[in-house]
Parts: sequence; structure tokens; C-alpha cells
Amino acid sequence: MELAAKTFRVTRADLVQYAGASGDFNPIHWSDRVATKVGLPGVIAHGMFTMALVGRAVTEWAGSPDAVVEYGVRFTRPVVVPDDDQGTEVEVTAVVREVTEEGLTRLDVTATCLGEKVLSQARATIRTAR
Amino acid sequence: MPLDPSFVGRTYPPTAPYQVGREKIREFATAIGANDPAHHEPEAAQALGHPDVVAPPTFPVVLTMAASRQIIEDPALGVDYSRLVHGDQRFAYTRPVVAGDELVCVNTIEDVSTRGGHGFLTTRTDVRTVGGEPVVAVWAKYVVRGEA
Repeated sequence: MELAAKTFRVTRADLVQYAGASGDFNPIHWSDRVATKVGLPGVIAHGMFTMALVGRAVTEWAGSPDAVVEYGVRFTRPVVVPDDDQGTEVEVTAVVREVTEEGLTRLDVTATCLGEKVLSQARATIRTAR
Repeated sequence: MPLDPSFVGRTYPPTAPYQVGREKIREFATAIGANDPAHHEPEAAQALGHPDVVAPPTFPVVLTMAASRQIIEDPALGVDYSRLVHGDQRFAYTRPVVAGDELVCVNTIEDVSTRGGHGFLTTRTDVRTVGGEPVVAVWAKYVVRGEA
């Protein structure tokens, strides 16, 4: 079963807000000067910000914010965030891989930006809705 | 300099307790656009059986990223921070983090290896209450890019 896709807009302002909330002030997430110096095309989103957005999708699909039992991802491609009002978009989809007898649902999740996968092996286990 | 494989299995002393504040959870939830009332209103969290507001699933990284400096900045292990890339991240929850929790992190190095000139480091952080109750186990994999 495929779950309804969710789209998240990501702007520079979101990255600044996430930096403050998470305590991750690595300048590759807010300074083009530093990002390009280390070989990136420009400022990129925190991998953990992308993971948080995907986590939001998972809890929304689960129907409860406390339903996630296990959640893991591999970061494969940076989400480049241009310095304009539109930013970029991350699209998240998932398929149900398994529903166990213990009431757990295992999801295989896909996150893309501009049509390219930004995560691989993205998997979540959620408690089936109460 | 390759990472020292003898660090596999090393466990570090628990970090200083972190007091999880209700406003910190609200701030983090707002930053990721998580609007579920259980992240913001104690009454909504209590209706789900929790003592106070519930943190979003990736919130523990606020603690574990700071705690991982114990490993990444361990001079004996010798990680070059400027070459460090976050590869994988995984959480296994006993229960969600809630406001009022007082949490410590215990870091263990699960794997150290060198392949193709790059260093690979896997860390596990057990997040538990000061009373010893397990809350969430957190794994991170890092690549230390080799010299070009």
C-alpha cells in the first residue's frame, strides 16, 4: 500500500530556525561562502532537518506523534537550498512493507528533492493506530 | 591518519544530565513545522498518556549531537572534524522524550574501520533518565573522508 505523498517547502529561513532549535550551527547550513569553499554547490539543509521533516510525514501517517518505534535513514545527496523566497521542496512518499501481528507497521520511505533521492534505506516502524 | 580500530567497544562516561524543557520541545517542533497539539499543549499530551508535551522523533539529536563530541573530539581517536560527513542516523525508542525528562547519554563506539582510504565510524548513544530508565538508543554513522 502506498501512502499519500507529502511535500515540504524548505527555505533559508527554515534552516536558520532549525539551526537555532537544534544547536547545529555548522556554517555549511547558512553561509554560501563556507559551503562553496568545501565543494558544495551552495548552502545545504541539515541532514537532520530533512530527517525531521520525513519524521513529521511518518507521524502524520501514523496518526499520532508518539507512534514511532524505530526510524533510520542514510543521507545520500544534499538538499541544496537557494537564497530566494521559494527555496526548494522535499517530497516524501512511503509504502507499507509489513504489518506485524504485534501491531507494528513497517514503512519504506522515499524522500526526493528536484526528482533525486536524498535519502536511502529510509525506514520507519510505527505502532498501528490505536 | 587511519582511525584506531582498538577503539571498537569503548564506552565513555555518562554525559551531564540534560533537562528537557517544555519550551525547548515547542521550539524544536515549531522549527520543523510539527503542529500536532501533543508537541505543544500538555493537556493534549496527557490525553495520550504522557506526563507533559511529547518531543518529535528526531528531537533526541539535540542531546546526542552534543554528546557525540566526546568521541569526535577525543584526541586519542583522532577524527579530523573538517573531513567528517554524517552518513546514517537511526533511533530505536523505548518511549518518546517528554518535557520534564532529565536525560544522560552513554556513548559507545560500535565500529571503526578504514576502507578505500576513508574512515568509517559507528557510534551508539544510549539515552536514559538519570534514574536509569532507557528512553531511546541512537546510532550514527560517520565517514571521515580520506586525503585527496
